[in-house]
Amino acid sequence: MISSTLYAAKRRSSTALVRDKKLHNLFLLPASQTRDKDALTEEGVASVINELRMYFDWVICDSPAGIERGATLAMRHADEAIIVSNPEVSSVRDCDRIIGLLDAKTKVAEDGGRMPKHLMITRYDTDRAKTGDMLATDDVVDILSVPLIGVVPESKDVLKASNVGLPVTLSDENSPPAKAYMEATRRLLGENIPVTIPEEKKSLFGKLFKGRAA
Amino acid sequence: MNILSLFGKRGESASVAKNRLQILLAHERADDGSDAVLISSLREDILAVVAKRVDIDPDSVRLEMDRSGDVTTLGIDIELPAAKAS
Repeated sequence: MISSTLYAAKRRSSTALVRDKKLHNLFLLPASQTRDKDALTEEGVASVINELRMYFDWVICDSPAGIERGATLAMRHADEAIIVSNPEVSSVRDCDRIIGLLDAKTKVAEDGGRMPKHLMITRYDTDRAKTGDMLATDDVVDILSVPLIGVVPESKDVLKASNVGLPVTLSDENSPPAKAYMEATRRLLGENIPVTIPEEKKSLFGKLFKGRAA
Repeated sequence: MNILSLFGKRGESASVAKNRLQILLAHERADDGSDAVLISSLREDILAVVAKRVDIDPDSVRLEMDRSGDVTTLGIDIELPAAKAS
């Protein structure tokens, strides 16, 4: 039933949806891969998103990093926003500007509403934050004033998954980053669960050392 | 990790990072406000000049300021009414 609706969506959509190989109810719509990044127009994006809205529970617009036209186009028709930041000065700074744009240049904002926002911190290293060598989650939340939806720990599993062309949530669902993404998803769906930072299982030796360092 | 660092002093780069961010963002957030004021006054001035000669809708003047890197550009977009046969 669901897939027939999706197929209908696929047939109707003026653009080519690609069905994911692993997840039957996930479709991908690649944006312009041409050299001309301005091939996307505001009207075009609006009509595609409004069409997809009719057929899917969730339409996730991945925004290009940085603050360019692509990012403003991706956020324009959003109902809510997930802001993804590394615990680094340049990344947090860009996020602050994006938050400003979310509150000014989106449909929701122009209609007098307030864009619901969530903050996701990636590549987080608990140990380095503890020793004061990395901005802690609280610092980033404090600076950006956006509630946390998840913290993804820095992990080798992410590159490993990317190397074999899989999302980390599928390549190793018990890995810390996979757990973090799954938890964040549940929060996005409205579950009220506390934000944790999943960690690698440490050997006894590692634990002893960690204990002494703390 | 160096074994000595286990007992050594705590790093302080994170608090430096937080400080830098707070200063930087305070500056940028203030900037955005003054840009908006500047744009709205420019818009009014341009509208007044054009309106002297052409009958235009006040909403048809759009200004956009774009800062990227070292360059700031000001885009002015004025929509004129369809030409009347004279």
